[in-house]
Amino acid sequence: MGKAVALSGAADGACPAGGEPTSSLAARRRAVAEVLAGWTLVGPAAFLLIILFFLPATGVFVIALTDWQFGARSLSFVGLTNFREVFADAGFRTSLLNTVFYVLMVVPGTVVLGLLVALLVESGRSCRSFYRAVHFLPFMATITATAIAWDALLHPAIGLVNQILAALGLPVANWLRDENTALTVLAVIGVWQNLGYAMVLFLAGLKSIPQDLYDAADIDGADRALDRLRTVTLPMLGPVSMFVVIVVALRAFETFDTVKVLTQGGPGHASEVLLYTLYRESFEYLHTGYGAAVAVVFLAIVVTLTLVQARAMDRTVHYQ
Amino acid sequence: MASVQIDGIRKNYGPTAVLRGVSLSIADGEFLTLLGPSGCGKSTLLRILAGLDVQDAGSISISERAVDGLRPKLRDVAMVFQSYALYPHMTVASNMALPLRMRRLSAMQRLPVLGRLMPGGARISAEIDAEVTRTAGLLGIGHLLERKPGQLSGGQRQRVAVGRAMVRHPAVFLMDEPLSNLDAKLRVQMRAGIKELHQRIGATFVYVTHDQAEAMTLSDRVAVMLDGELLQVAPPQDIYADPDDRRVAEFIGSPRINILDGVVRERGLIDVAGSTLGIEADALSGVPLTLGVRPEAFQLAEHRGPDTLTGSVRLIEHMGSDLFVHLDLPGIDHPLIARLLAERAPRIAPGQTLHLGVRADRVLLFTRDGRRLRREAGQGPGSVAPFREIA
Repeated sequence: MGKAVALSGAADGACPAGGEPTSSLAARRRAVAEVLAGWTLVGPAAFLLIILFFLPATGVFVIALTDWQFGARSLSFVGLTNFREVFADAGFRTSLLNTVFYVLMVVPGTVVLGLLVALLVESGRSCRSFYRAVHFLPFMATITATAIAWDALLHPAIGLVNQILAALGLPVANWLRDENTALTVLAVIGVWQNLGYAMVLFLAGLKSIPQDLYDAADIDGADRALDRLRTVTLPMLGPVSMFVVIVVALRAFETFDTVKVLTQGGPGHASEVLLYTLYRESFEYLHTGYGAAVAVVFLAIVVTLTLVQARAMDRTVHYQ
Repeated sequence: MASVQIDGIRKNYGPTAVLRGVSLSIADGEFLTLLGPSGCGKSTLLRILAGLDVQDAGSISISERAVDGLRPKLRDVAMVFQSYALYPHMTVASNMALPLRMRRLSAMQRLPVLGRLMPGGARISAEIDAEVTRTAGLLGIGHLLERKPGQLSGGQRQRVAVGRAMVRHPAVFLMDEPLSNLDAKLRVQMRAGIKELHQRIGATFVYVTHDQAEAMTLSDRVAVMLDGELLQVAPPQDIYADPDDRRVAEFIGSPRINILDGVVRERGLIDVAGSTLGIEADALSGVPLTLGVRPEAFQLAEHRGPDTLTGSVRLIEHMGSDLFVHLDLPGIDHPLIARLLAERAPRIAPGQTLHLGVRADRVLLFTRDGRRLRREAGQGPGSVAPFREIA
């Protein structure tokens, strides 16, 4: 006991002499070290983000303000001319509308069918992994390759689709060359391609619903399929659904491959979507400045959409 | 009000037998607790009772009506889950109203806005709201009705879960470890709340727990389960003082009952741990027996005598009014624990040799395979050799 008192006395004695300046210096040194450690840890990711995202995005912004043509050695700043042209262009407006229609077909189709398939896979016991794999395959496959396969299936004369329809006595069509069907067919392919992804996410969501809630619903009397769906499954899938809707919407906005391989935006501009317009203006017509302006508009739409969706859905699907 | 009859229930999960022919009858208005360690099958039995699982054999009747094959909804039971299983997206009011809405409203009347416009929809909905408010008031959660479960504390959620079960006045309440997610203090408080609830509404309660304190304090009768079998069904005091089976004796009581191996020397005398105790046993000389002695059945003795056990003190736990003294006894590999009144044992120190008198009438005898050996009638506590108590 006596020893302890003596020790603490010694410490007390030492403190007033030089304690304060020493400790504030040490504190400052610690703060500097902390800042350095922070930057060291963030550094690599920040570097990559700047090189791969911020610099190219800034580059696109700058190019959008010029009349640069791909490969040209000179350029001059033209202000907002490109943007004015973009908004005045009927072709761009058609492309924008097509993209919106495409998204409005693909997102609900993918979400509803993905959920349905996930529920069916989860409800049965046999061959679960087989069904999972089969539905996920289109998402894994190279889109360009599957698009070529779709092209063969949809061939007006020898395609399997028309042959089946004809055999059943149903009307046939030149699916990809008809301006009334081209965009819809592309949307169907879009749904087919994204379905597996939505299904996998929904399956994960279904697995995380506690069995207790279904048991409680059974006891409370919500024991029929639709009641269980309404009382437990759908509300508990809220957060997953939000994620699926956002991701599928973004993927649908970015669609390009199927358009490039199957329709090249045609017939006319019937299936032209934003990314295809961007590609054509920038790399086929070499209107790089104009293409960059389209890219900026595209980026603005995507970012706005994501923020709005996240805000709106966040309010309704998180319970804790 | 309902009685429950459980007859020869068996349940296997693959090769594992979870319930091996459980039979039990529960009286109308009784509070019966299924008590056992985790994995003993008590929750499975409760789920079968609720209709959430289906038994492989046996039958269940509620109010003398066979309910096998009936959906949970049609059994007139309500259940409180360990996790409470509240619907996280619904308010407390909607959670509590759901069982009533599902029973009283048609699918059309349950539609979000249109439902109230359907004939009768608004009137029945108003009745349901009134009943929810009344039940919530009884449970003291009236001010929480518009909150969601995520905004409630554990105790409040537990009360909402009870409210959801209570609101439609079921014949049987099933409770699956409803207090085990609460902290110790709240658990004691809510335990009293459940007891009070049972006394007030008088319905039949079947309560599952692994906590012997809950079982002992709440129940009219306790059913002790182990490995898919019922070992004993009896009132709490009998389960404690008069167990049928060594496993029951070991499961109930804290600290655990002391188990000592002994051998009958001659009629009325048993050799155990280097001492000889005067205990009447219905067994021949030389027969090995197991003695179960509760920690409080010991009393401090001044010197070694005929009915004392002698050992050296290993450690002492002070519990306020009592001491738990751990003793090493010759020939026994685990310490014996005696509960002594603190004021009568003021100067005990580790290493000291201690003599403990054993109250013969409180020694439980078991065969080596765990069956209880009861004394024959007429050989009550008075007829066995008394021990000298030294204060």
